[in-house]
Amino acid sequence: MRGKTILKKTVSTIITLLVVSFLVFLSFSVIPGDPAVSQLGTNATPERVEALREEMGLNRPFFLRFGEWLLSFAGGDMGISYSYKIPVKEMILDKLPITFTMTVMAFILVVIISVPVGIYAAKHQGGRTDRAVITINQVFMAVPPFFAGILITVLFGVVLKLFTPGGYVSYTKNFWGFVGYLFFPALAIALPKAAMTVKLLRSSLLEQAELDYTRTAYSRGNTTRDVLYRHVLQNAMIPVITFLGMALADIFTGSIIIEQVFNIPGLGRILLTSISNRDYPVVMAIIVCLAFAVIVINLLVDVIYRFADPRIRNED
Amino acid sequence: MEEKEIILKVQDLNIEFHDHLIPETVVYDFNLTLKAGEIVGLVGESGSGKSMSALAVAGLLRRHDMKKTGQILFDGVDLLNCDRKVLRKFQGKEIGMVFQEPMTSLNPVKKIGWQVEESLRIHTQLNKEERYRRVIEALENVELQDPERIVRQYPHELSGGMRQRVMIAAAMICKPRLLIADEPTTALDVTIQAQIVKLLKRLNREEGTAVLFISHDLSLVKRLCSRILVMKSGYVVESGETQQIFYHPGDAYTKKLIEAIPAYEKR
Amino acid sequence: MKIKREPMKRISKNSNFIAGAVLTGLILLFIIIGCIHTPYDPEAMDGAGRFAGISWRHPMGCDNFGRDILSRVMTGAGTTLGVAFATVAIGAFFGVIWGAFAGYYGGLLDEIFMRAADAMLAFPSILLALMIIGLFGPGKYNVILALGIAFVPSFARIVRSEFIRCKNMDYVRSARLMGAGNLRIMFVHILPNAFPVILSSVLIGFNNAVLAEAGMNYLGIGVMPPDASLGRMLSEAQTYIFSAPGYAIFPGIVLILMILGFSLLGEGVRDN
Repeated sequence: MRGKTILKKTVSTIITLLVVSFLVFLSFSVIPGDPAVSQLGTNATPERVEALREEMGLNRPFFLRFGEWLLSFAGGDMGISYSYKIPVKEMILDKLPITFTMTVMAFILVVIISVPVGIYAAKHQGGRTDRAVITINQVFMAVPPFFAGILITVLFGVVLKLFTPGGYVSYTKNFWGFVGYLFFPALAIALPKAAMTVKLLRSSLLEQAELDYTRTAYSRGNTTRDVLYRHVLQNAMIPVITFLGMALADIFTGSIIIEQVFNIPGLGRILLTSISNRDYPVVMAIIVCLAFAVIVINLLVDVIYRFADPRIRNED
Repeated sequence: MEEKEIILKVQDLNIEFHDHLIPETVVYDFNLTLKAGEIVGLVGESGSGKSMSALAVAGLLRRHDMKKTGQILFDGVDLLNCDRKVLRKFQGKEIGMVFQEPMTSLNPVKKIGWQVEESLRIHTQLNKEERYRRVIEALENVELQDPERIVRQYPHELSGGMRQRVMIAAAMICKPRLLIADEPTTALDVTIQAQIVKLLKRLNREEGTAVLFISHDLSLVKRLCSRILVMKSGYVVESGETQQIFYHPGDAYTKKLIEAIPAYEKR
Repeated sequence: MKIKREPMKRISKNSNFIAGAVLTGLILLFIIIGCIHTPYDPEAMDGAGRFAGISWRHPMGCDNFGRDILSRVMTGAGTTLGVAFATVAIGAFFGVIWGAFAGYYGGLLDEIFMRAADAMLAFPSILLALMIIGLFGPGKYNVILALGIAFVPSFARIVRSEFIRCKNMDYVRSARLMGAGNLRIMFVHILPNAFPVILSSVLIGFNNAVLAEAGMNYLGIGVMPPDASLGRMLSEAQTYIFSAPGYAIFPGIVLILMILGFSLLGEGVRDN
């Protein structure tokens, strides 16, 4: 039963991956403008354009090109950048660790900030701290991550001088310096997401605490602490897990903007440069990779969700 | 029959809610004495305060927005005014509780075995194997088939009647002296109701556990209990031996309740 | 046993709604005044006034070109709101049509429509918008188009489930018996019933649109200079973060208040 469900999910994930890559490929095939022309400039002779089109394989049927592109993409060959003339794969592999580290750090921050705060607020429901948390949450949720980044730059970089704004440290040179620098952008992405998580966890905990099974737990002599940690928390985490999955995907793509704020040469940076240079192989590769990552995250969340909630696990 | 020891004595219990602007009293001057091994019924319509009284006895009304006065003496310890720590020593060990809704009273994400053995984990030093053995025993004792399989299942995989048996097994696992059953059969089918009542009666006979049985169904109470308290809007309007109340009801409200029982059940 | 706490809850929910309405009202007033009159020409540069501090003449100070920040925030907030409005309008319009057909007809059409929506939803909206910008190039109208398209599938999903819920209800059956055509049933009979759900998702969508628009402008791929927009002002301000840290504060605060207002309003509407 369970193996079948996982198989079904995997198949539907693969279909989504195919549809996504098809939509991306289609979009980039019908774009206004000829990539051969844009590469050679408008002064190029028609003969040279035609020769380059032939060389780039642009004259062959659409589905053939899609199939070939997909196969080579799956094999790790993502084409050659128009503007840098180097393989796209190298460009991505070079930048991926930066974006990846930042995403993981931000996600860890979201979890370690929101879980204790959410539990504390729920435990002291209606108290002064709880009300303060609700108000702060509501404001933090409204702060765009890039503005949070600017505020953090001012506070920690300019006023407290804990880091040098714009002074990115490469991970090949000084790994801990790299992590130290990434902490601040990670915090900027994490704060609004953490606020949303706190809000959800708090209300989920309070909702669960009203349910009959907590009364049963008390009737067996559990302490309030045990009722919370051994009974209520796991139930309350079920909706939070789904939200965290979406947050992880959001953080990953949100890093595109935050990299700009902190001057970090990650995936977001090359995506933006490539968009303005019309360097389509790079744009396509990054978008497909990010979309793939998001889809895979969704699949993982689904599996974890099933693990946390036995009622779903036994369905279908 | 020798005189049994008194295990529970509730004196002048008053419960007042303070979560609205105007305080509302839900239980007035509630008095109850329960002897070891006895089954007492607490009858009344919904909102009569019977569940509130029972929850107070189980120590489950420890909220700040209500005011309680009086005494609940269990073994001479006042459960109403004692420290929480002292109260917890009784909950699950000396006093077991079964609730109305077997669907929601079990934790949906924990295995049955884990939930049934919980009181043992809290109150005893038994190791895992010993606890497992006791769980299997308890599940067999409530007449559940295939207990080895049930311990590994989750609540949603069981029927309502099975869940209520699981609740009883969990409440009885520490062999408490008092079992409080708050409308344990209301949410169940009629045939299963009868089975649960029979089960409670058997457990009472075999284990010697006293039972405080709360119900709105007078015919069920008549089959099970030796004594009855009738409650209406927070007051105990009548109390006494089951036979006496049935054949010589003193209060108009009790008469109405008795009249409401279908004739064929009166026998 | 359930202890009712209804009265207290209702008050706090109402206060969310009231706070949201007041905040949104003030922001709208601010923007409307900005459309009619700004203290200075938002594009007028004044070399002598570079980074002028807060004063009676310039309540929010001046930027790197000596332009009055208050005037620029007023028009910039208008731009942000306008883009967000257009985006949500596009997303809701096509989302309603998409979801209505998928939900009402079901079957293969629904399967194809929803697979496509799933694939689009697999893209976080900012990524989808970036891809569309990558295709069509930067600019205000391309941002509107990009974000609008990115919002279509989420509206489509909500509308679809509402249509599935409603399509077998009695009033729909009776309308059908009376000879109403499919289109009439969909848009005259079912749609008004789906309205409350659509309204709350419009407000939430508004929130996301303001955030996304500001993000796009911050990246410099939205409104083109010298037009003011809150996102672009923030990215300009960041360049001068050492010399004039205050420059970033006012556009940022207005942006936060705008998002806060819409989210409180959205929650208020949803809870009531």
